[in-house]
Amino acid sequence: MEPILLKNINTPDSHKVDVYLKNNGYQALASALKMQPDGVIQMVKDSGLRGRGGAGFSTGLKWSFIPKDPTIPKYLCCNADEGEPGTFKDRVIIEKDPHQLIEGMIITCYAIGAKTAYIYIRGEFAFGTKRLEQAIKEAYEKGYLGKNILGSNFDCDIHIHRGFGAYICGEETALLESIEGLRGRPRIKPPFPAIAGLYAKPTVINNVETLSCISHIVNKGPKWFSSIGPEKSPGPKLFGVSGHVNKPGMYELPMGTTAREIIYNHAGGIRNGKKLKAFIPGGVSAPMLVEKDLDTPMDFDSLAAKGTMLGSGGIIVMDETACIVKVAMRTMAFFRHESCGKCTPCREGIDWTYKVLHRLEKGEGKEGDVELLEKLCGNIFGRTFCPLGDGAVMALRGALKNFRDEFVEHVKNKGCIV
Amino acid sequence: MLTDNTIENIKKALTKYPNKQSAAMDALRIVQEEAGYLTEDALLQVADMLDMPPPELNEVATFYTMYNKKPVGKHHIQVCTNVSCSLLGSEHIVEFLSRRLGIKKGETTLDKKFTLSEVECLGSCGTAPMMQINDDYYENLTDGKIEEILKGLK
Ligand SMILES: Cc1cc2nc3c(=O)[nH]c(=O)nc-3n(C[C@H](O)[C@H](O)[C@H](O)COP(=O)(O)O)c2cc1C
Ligand code: FES
Repeated sequence: MEPILLKNINTPDSHKVDVYLKNNGYQALASALKMQPDGVIQMVKDSGLRGRGGAGFSTGLKWSFIPKDPTIPKYLCCNADEGEPGTFKDRVIIEKDPHQLIEGMIITCYAIGAKTAYIYIRGEFAFGTKRLEQAIKEAYEKGYLGKNILGSNFDCDIHIHRGFGAYICGEETALLESIEGLRGRPRIKPPFPAIAGLYAKPTVINNVETLSCISHIVNKGPKWFSSIGPEKSPGPKLFGVSGHVNKPGMYELPMGTTAREIIYNHAGGIRNGKKLKAFIPGGVSAPMLVEKDLDTPMDFDSLAAKGTMLGSGGIIVMDETACIVKVAMRTMAFFRHESCGKCTPCREGIDWTYKVLHRLEKGEGKEGDVELLEKLCGNIFGRTFCPLGDGAVMALRGALKNFRDEFVEHVKNKGCIV
Repeated sequence: MLTDNTIENIKKALTKYPNKQSAAMDALRIVQEEAGYLTEDALLQVADMLDMPPPELNEVATFYTMYNKKPVGKHHIQVCTNVSCSLLGSEHIVEFLSRRLGIKKGETTLDKKFTLSEVECLGSCGTAPMMQINDDYYENLTDGKIEEILKGLK
């Protein structure tokens, strides 16, 4: 497949508006502004685009939930919190091709009737923030942002809101709280953000990669987009590969490319001639898979059928030297650190699993610890306020399901034998 | 006391939002960028500017991990130790830095030049192991590379 989202990134100065314009930049905006907003929504629906932030919800459908009443202010929030460990895709777009994102955002605002958009970017992305600020400034200068864009009577402003270190703010309602100047604690749903989101107004929240697809859909049409990859989750997908491979990095491939092809053909296979032990398909929240699962197409539905998820498409590869108990411990340490503390099963339960894993890893595991972990998982899953707790449990269950023996061995052998 | 520059920048941040409280995160960051960390005094002044009860602003300051509630070294070294970096040896990176700087993680050198921290995934897993020093990312780390980086820091 010809690169689509990454097509500009190797051009020198790809972040600058003049370079973007030379590569047909902002043509999609001009076309969209000549259409009815509903026509744009229909186009995105027809394309089959599903959200790239993890949940895989139909983007066009999400937009269509926004009330049409022109007297109600509406908002678009771009989720650039990119905090799911193993994920490094949005950062590339932000740093190398920010106008692709901005153009997608302006079109989205037009489609849903929003005049104000915020980009919620994680605080650590200082360089990316600078790039975005510069690109937004250029877009205002060229008349793609501001009042009466391209003579269409449509006004639109984009502002940047910087996070400051909190994974939970990637969850869409916590993100809204954070923009409102509060702690990033998830809200109860319903009401859904499409009805009462930012400042209790109708709001669409979309991921960077999702919004970056929009200009391409407008330019080349929904049929073109839906012809790439599987029928039910079409389009190009950014897969980030990290861990024990020869060529870690970002690969843009059709959705549904198999894990085998990504890991072996693109990422150069396992380093040092070692064997694959396990791989996490979509950021640490996604349950790990093993050798026999390598031919699974990497798309929302195929991975869900395997009991895991596409998530962010960040693939973490482990060779036979990796200790699964240690990976599980490190993962639970992450969730323990990032739990917002609002609900007890998540706050206390995850802490407990971490403590058990820590003692297994230190060689102080006790008889019954593995059963205890399984029981803890059952007491957290489905009982937490937001999906962070579920993500943590799914990750741990994935490790336990595939490598239960290794956990048991840690108890028996008083530590790791890998 | 907040400087005129800080106040000016906070006022600019206020224009982005329909209410004042939304500028809280920006305001705290602006203060920190200038002063290095957040003092109680600065929090009170910012709360006043934003018409927020000080405890509410304090909740924001304590929730987000990048706000420094105490001084940090001139160079804040933050090593990612999450899964991808851990698979490629981040533990060794932390040990190496710890030995080289003579401090444990969470500590600051006596000359206030370096603070060493462990952090969660920084979105740079494809170039693991990696660390962030102040605003900059350093990727594909090796002992030799770290030596070079440290030499370059004044
Ligand atoms: C704990 C948690 C963390 C999340 N982090 C992110 C994130 O960093 N970036 C992101 O785009 N979506 C993240 N999401 C998903 C968002 O809640 C939301 O579904 C997404 O931004 C919607 O955009 P999309 O429809 O374009 O995928 C997270 C969800 C949860 C539960
Ligand atoms: S795991 Fe270290 S940057 Fe992502």
